Amino acid sequence: MEKLVLLSYGSGGELMRELIEKDYLKYLSNPILDELLDSAVFELSGKLAFTTDSYVITPIFFKGGDIGSLSVYGTANDLAVVGAKPLFISLSFIIEEGLPIKDLHKILESISNASKGINVNVVTGDTKVVEKNKGDKIFINTAGIGVIEPNRDWRSRKVDVDDVVIVSGDIGEHGLYIMLERLGMKTDEIVKSDMGYVGSFVLPLLDNFEGIKFVRDATRGGVATVLNEIAYKYNVEIEIEEDLIPTKDWVLQASEILGIDPLYSANEGKVVIIADKSQAQDIINFLKKFELSANATIIGKIITNKKPRVYLLTKIGSRRILESLKGDILPRIC
Amino acid sequence: MSLVKTINLNSMFNYDSQSFKLFTKEIVDKIKELVGDKEYVIMEFCGTHTHEISRYALRSILPKNLELRSGPGCPVCVTAEEDIDYIINLVLENDLGVITFGDIVNVPGSVASLSYLRAMGKDVKVVYNPMESIKIAENNLNKNYVLVGIGFETTVPMLAHTLINIKQKGLKNLFYLSLHKLTPPATIALLNSNEVKLDGIIGPGHVSTIIGTKAWEDIAYKYKIPFVIMGFEPQDMLFGIYVLLEKIINKEYGVWNTYLRSVRYEGNKTALDLIFKVFRISSANWRGLGIIPDSGLELNDEFKEYDVKLRFPLTKEIKVRKTACRCGDVLRGAIKPYECPLFAKACKPSSPKGPCMVSSEGSCAAYYLYEMN
Ligand code: SF4
Repeated sequence: MEKLVLLSYGSGGELMRELIEKDYLKYLSNPILDELLDSAVFELSGKLAFTTDSYVITPIFFKGGDIGSLSVYGTANDLAVVGAKPLFISLSFIIEEGLPIKDLHKILESISNASKGINVNVVTGDTKVVEKNKGDKIFINTAGIGVIEPNRDWRSRKVDVDDVVIVSGDIGEHGLYIMLERLGMKTDEIVKSDMGYVGSFVLPLLDNFEGIKFVRDATRGGVATVLNEIAYKYNVEIEIEEDLIPTKDWVLQASEILGIDPLYSANEGKVVIIADKSQAQDIINFLKKFELSANATIIGKIITNKKPRVYLLTKIGSRRILESLKGDILPRIC
Repeated sequence: MSLVKTINLNSMFNYDSQSFKLFTKEIVDKIKELVGDKEYVIMEFCGTHTHEISRYALRSILPKNLELRSGPGCPVCVTAEEDIDYIINLVLENDLGVITFGDIVNVPGSVASLSYLRAMGKDVKVVYNPMESIKIAENNLNKNYVLVGIGFETTVPMLAHTLINIKQKGLKNLFYLSLHKLTPPATIALLNSNEVKLDGIIGPGHVSTIIGTKAWEDIAYKYKIPFVIMGFEPQDMLFGIYVLLEKIINKEYGVWNTYLRSVRYEGNKTALDLIFKVFRISSANWRGLGIIPDSGLELNDEFKEYDVKLRFPLTKEIKVRKTACRCGDVLRGAIKPYECPLFAKACKPSSPKGPCMVSSEGSCAAYYLYEMN
């Protein structure tokens, strides 16, 4: 019979030790974790960034990744966009009783690959098992710590009129693809999540351009929501052009079928950047050298600093307000 | 030759952005010319049109004296308070689990919404695909579930397919509540009421794909009004509006199809057959329009055993409390969303007071999201 995670695994006894020592250490071993203390102990100096996030996704395995790699990249991305190099992360699993052990192994393996690939260590963690129907297969809560080199700290730079708005690549893929999966639609190989580690291009970008004034990853709520956050944070009016927004054909098609605008659909490997106009073209040229930002594009600019508002110039030339995401994203039924 | 004439609407998606803008400009100029200083009111029946008209800010580029009114074409919005109240009572009295899709969970009934029930700990599941209901029922054999079927002709085939599967599997713990609605009878009710004077109608694209253009013919002739079926791209709509205006001005009536890449005269026979394998025509209760004969679908004799109303009749009578929401008036085109006193004040997408603010196809939500200048 298939081995399943049982309620007793989370209760701290013998089974738990076995789970940690055999399985977790097998995949995630590093000197700090291997000590198996109640807290991870390490030294760090400099300016630190500290973040936390929780990962809840159906399906847990998808094209382009799974909940394990998503939690590593997602946490690392939150650090990288503020200019921090991610170093350590914590992982807390909340597992619904009955999850096949082989699925847990797959997730651990993917966490291992993702964290090795970007050079971060999982240094502490926890596991709880909840009764059937009290969870949804597996939830992962994380925290992450990174160090910010002074030259990468963009927070004090002033966002102003004429600054350009850049997206680091084609938008809307993760959210629309996950929606198609949940609807049970068969999709081609090219239809998948864009999940990836944005630090791969954001950190070098910050090293090379002082004109970077704001960076945020456009996850839930999509690019439209991030733009509204920027408008409110700096009290500026932003105008973007629909024609300029890089979007894959399948994303446009899926968005037409489901009635979900790619501007509101989540991304897991894309950032929105506000940059000084004078460096805009150089920044684009620089970004194009990296695999994850090869399709970086200027999509608009800041037009006034009078009030917080975002406008979209539509593909037919009309102009309207672009609001942030309100409520849930659900496929239309009409 | 003008772009309007040369662009083949079927291959329009391949045009570059410059041609798109030129086409828009040219056709908007032509529309302005046709409209002149006369006033016209045309209505779009379909919620997706409502949404796209707002999303592309068409009102901002079209002449002010050409009014686009939204009609009752948002399936979530037209769900009556009574029906939401019924589901709530069903759960409270019989402890049924509810399976639904779309944003119906957030629609307020006269006392609460299904999402409120869920927060109370009741079993309310939102699925993305109704076929998932089968899995849920199979995994919880000792609990009874009701699958809430909403939607117009467009959505029904998918639900009919689900019901056929439920029957084939012989499931005994999954029941069905049909809140499906048919669009032509509602159109007739609206035209009969004469509350709003309409010059022409933007016919629904998706619905007509299923029922065909022929389903509108009798109505167009009886009420002497032009119908133009349109697609959902902004160019589709502008071109369709142009054709519709031409018909209005020439005093022609009938049905014209400008959504050739999807809509046929006969409709989609396979989908229609599927629908009537499972359902038969009945009356239905529409928010704002009341009970309209022959405007709904109920399970036919072969599927009657799944009808939740027959299996779980309510013991209490439902008394609907009147709320301040004017969604019903909005759905009839009698008022515009911003004429409701709650609009953008007590009622926003984050705290909707009525279904027209809940659904992405609802006119209140479309106005709130895209047209609040
Ligand atoms: S604004 Fe809100 S309360 Fe008013 S009609 Fe629309 S949905 Fe109802």
